[in-house]
Amino acid sequence: MSTDSHLIQASTSAETAQQNETRRHILLTTPALIVLFCAASGPLLIMAVYSFLSPGDYGGVQWSFSTDGWFGVFMQRDIFDDTLTIADAHVSILWRSVKLSLMTTIVCLIFGLPTAYFIATRPASSRNLWLFMVTIPFWTNLLIRTFAVMELIRNQGVINTALKSIGAIEEPIQIMFTDFAIMIGMTYVYLPLMVLPIYASMEKFDFRLVEAGYDLYASRWNVLKRIILPLVKPGIVAGSILVFIPSLGAYVTPRILGGGKNLMLGNFIALQFGQGRNWPLGAALSITLLVIVMVALLFYVRGVGKSGNAHG
Amino acid sequence: MADASMVSPAKKTGRAFSIRKQTGFTTMAIVCFFLLYAPLLPLVFYSFNAGTSLAFFEGFSFRWYVAAWNNDLVIDATIRSVYLAAAASSIATVLATMAALGTTRTKPYKGLTAIYVMINQPLMVPEIVTAVALLILFASIKAATNYHGMAYLIIAHTAFCIPFAYLPIRARLEGMDLSLETAAADLYATPWLTFRRVTFPLLWPGILAGMMLAFVISLDDVVITELVKSSGQDTLPTYMLGQLRRAITPEVNAISSVLLAVSVIMVTIFFFLNRKSS
Repeated sequence: MSTDSHLIQASTSAETAQQNETRRHILLTTPALIVLFCAASGPLLIMAVYSFLSPGDYGGVQWSFSTDGWFGVFMQRDIFDDTLTIADAHVSILWRSVKLSLMTTIVCLIFGLPTAYFIATRPASSRNLWLFMVTIPFWTNLLIRTFAVMELIRNQGVINTALKSIGAIEEPIQIMFTDFAIMIGMTYVYLPLMVLPIYASMEKFDFRLVEAGYDLYASRWNVLKRIILPLVKPGIVAGSILVFIPSLGAYVTPRILGGGKNLMLGNFIALQFGQGRNWPLGAALSITLLVIVMVALLFYVRGVGKSGNAHG
Repeated sequence: MADASMVSPAKKTGRAFSIRKQTGFTTMAIVCFFLLYAPLLPLVFYSFNAGTSLAFFEGFSFRWYVAAWNNDLVIDATIRSVYLAAAASSIATVLATMAALGTTRTKPYKGLTAIYVMINQPLMVPEIVTAVALLILFASIKAATNYHGMAYLIIAHTAFCIPFAYLPIRARLEGMDLSLETAAADLYATPWLTFRRVTFPLLWPGILAGMMLAFVISLDDVVITELVKSSGQDTLPTYMLGQLRRAITPEVNAISSVLLAVSVIMVTIFFFLNRKSS
């Protein structure tokens, strides 16, 4: 290998040396790409094929073409007369997923924006420490954080026990196994994902602009609306996408806090590969989720590109 | 930034507010920090409970830590988790280092964008989607070969660890001075010797940071492990997920607190590694 490259470099032009260099770079990247193809991209392609097959009796698939998996995303076939009707259960799960993800994103934004602003306006010496404080929950196991929320809001949990002991309530407040519980959990779990990108976009923010705004008799609200928000918009968009995408595909948090009735898309997909025994429907639902995520990402790329042009 | 902080004291005296503050922002931020940590405190607190309740404290004891330590299922899952995380993060780090060397400090070549997309794919695709896709693939391999070992989990974890290892290594590489390597090459060092003596020592903090990130990511994974594992291959997170369906004792709190401590220690080391390097 090395004698080879010496010979080539000595005897030929700079162009082939460049080609050689590129080949070496690609060669270095190949092993990682092979693993990623085997365990990330490749399986997605197989899944796409599976979405067009018929479900097997005990899970798995039968190798016969069928579009039932795809129809199943929104429709259901009547077992008696074979007519297709809108599957209310499926639509409500999809709707719940989108609704809860949007609400989670909004609540994260309400908390995340002021927090990022707070960190960005600290003196440089303590800024890293505040940032570190946001990073710690972020790197703590998601399961543990969900479990911590569960212990707080359970019927025999910390909040209900405390309220009972001071006599504020007779019966525990039922929070667990509701949509609200899922939203609390997801907000808690994904909040750092909102703070970090907004902070990143504020880090280079020139606070003299805020000052200039005040000098020109702008109200605080106007300063926020006209100066701060437009300039940190890329961070807000990035944070919203980073919260929205994992919320939409959430599995652990809704499974623990929502219970068996309040399914989200992630649980519904997993269900098809377990008790549901409908792999093609599960595959079709997965691809549906993937498409929604890709659309959101595309929106993000465009949104950031646009705001970059407008203010950059 | 510096200018603004020099101006602000004058403004403070001139007006009743600091120009940097937005009404209510500080309050919201304090509430936010409180909310981030509030749920974790009872979790750790009740792990030291002498009683079996998660809401009444009956005295301090290490009872549940001892219980977890003596629980064979917990120890078994812990060993499997660490083994899996160590294997996946090491392989991922080697592959990611090579990939980072192959994609940075080079003239853009055809397919470079496609390579970026592929490397970052695990960050963009929802975990549940990757998990069921792997389930489909591995189910047919399992049926065909009758092999049910750890290799499935290791390759799955390696794949999603690659971008986490890749990003810090690449960031480090991009900040590195190319002239040192050129100098080594000028002094007739072979490419391998240049890498070993010059590139690698400079790159080391990035590699270590990447490996630690990958390790934590693998250790924390629930969704992909849960769907890919064969029976009897519980990792610590999937074991805990199974326990949550039953009556919970502070034993789960004890395990959680230990994992929490591990995460905090790892993040702290990572934090200082990054700070030194930058």
